[in-house]
Amino acid sequence: MSVREKFDDELQQLQNKLVDLCNLAQQALEKSIRAFANRDLNACIEIIDDDNDADLLYEEINDDSILLIAKQQPVARDLRKIVMGLKIATEYERVADFAVNIAKSTIRLEKAPDISMKHIIDNLMKMYDVSNEMLMEGLKAYRTEDIHLAKKVADMDDEVDRLYSETIKELFVINQNNPESFDLVTQLLLICRYLERTADHITNVAENVVYLVKGKHFDLNQ
Amino acid sequence: MAMTAKKERERATDIQEKKTKNIVYKTKELNLWYGEKHALKNINLDIAENEITAIIGPSGCGKSTYIKTLNRMVDLVPGVKTSGEILYRGRNIFDKDYEVEELRTRVGMVFQNPNPFPKSIYDNVAYGPRIHGIRDKKILDQIVEKSLRGAAIWDEVKDRLHDNAYGLSGGQQQRLCIARCLAIEPDVILMDEPTSALDPISTLKIEELVQELKNEFSIIIVTHNMQQAARISDKTAFFLNGEVIEFDDTDKIFSTPSDQRTEDYITGRFG
Repeated sequence: MSVREKFDDELQQLQNKLVDLCNLAQQALEKSIRAFANRDLNACIEIIDDDNDADLLYEEINDDSILLIAKQQPVARDLRKIVMGLKIATEYERVADFAVNIAKSTIRLEKAPDISMKHIIDNLMKMYDVSNEMLMEGLKAYRTEDIHLAKKVADMDDEVDRLYSETIKELFVINQNNPESFDLVTQLLLICRYLERTADHITNVAENVVYLVKGKHFDLNQ
Repeated sequence: MAMTAKKERERATDIQEKKTKNIVYKTKELNLWYGEKHALKNINLDIAENEITAIIGPSGCGKSTYIKTLNRMVDLVPGVKTSGEILYRGRNIFDKDYEVEELRTRVGMVFQNPNPFPKSIYDNVAYGPRIHGIRDKKILDQIVEKSLRGAAIWDEVKDRLHDNAYGLSGGQQQRLCIARCLAIEPDVILMDEPTSALDPISTLKIEELVQELKNEFSIIIVTHNMQQAARISDKTAFFLNGEVIEFDDTDKIFSTPSDQRTEDYITGRFG
């Protein structure tokens, strides 16, 4: 039996809440990309409403962390676990916000993208697929404190960045050739940006995992 | 780039500091036995000047034994045997011709429970200087005031210097004991759990005092209170079963210790 069983329990509860927050963010992101693909406006409204749950859970994680630090005065790895948990929670909360942004952009899309934009839509779907995998693997890296997996997650961001710059360029060309598509292109551009930022925030999660384990900073975003 | 430059600057400062810090105590391959019990095993520690060195570890790990060896108080325990060296300012304190009295004049000690003499506040502080032959009332007055000020208790006792020291609170008694220690103008102050019998406010007062004292003295403090070690010390040594498991900058010990046993101890996983 650990002499700090209660503290260990509380740490575990905090970690469980973080897992819940990640799952909320992941579900919201998945739902938002489906809603975008199917132009499902009801789903978009649900995503916007449900974001409150993620916000409340995020606040709860903040309060629990502060209380745990105040009451238990953790040091070394314990302290890093709580502080990095707090930072990771912020990243997940942000990802949930991007899902809301995607939902809002979907609502603002006045017309569906036509067949000429199939490649753009495919790229956005690919960006989502990679980001979603990063999200799941990033959570696994945090739970198992696996720095190799964290590094792998960060490496996956390169693919999202590549797709992002490819898609942006294509969107600019479309905009030049079809100025009447301006509103549509703008919303697609924003969605593309939200997905790219999502992957960046998950890369931050991976960096935080490395710091948690090693106690040293590594910039995995490069 | 900026990150690398910052690290290099820190490294350069570190090296510079290490170069300029004088070593007060150099412990080399110290072993100590109480009869059959091997209480200290191959201790190697350098204690730097004007720093606070904290010694932490579970009960019975040898931390008190170690600091009592530094002023050879441990000699008083029957059946004690030692090997190895402790160089104080370059001289081995175990040398046959080393005068223990001289050592103890240079190295003061404060204990867990405040232990003032059953005398007046004034006489407690003047005791050491009188033993060293100072009789001049004016000089004694000066020493008493300076020491009591140094121990941050002057304002509380200046109007009752001739009252019995037993009338003081625990925290005040402990600061009086520190004043008594300062009166002989030591070079090093050893503190063996100096706040474990005190209330939290008195503890914080002593901690603040200790941090001021390091400007003039080198301080070695044994503490069970890990947060105290983290708050006030520059270096921390973690003792376990008579061995030094880890000795490093306090910042390092309490953030990223190198040894798993240190991590387990400071995070409260054992001990």
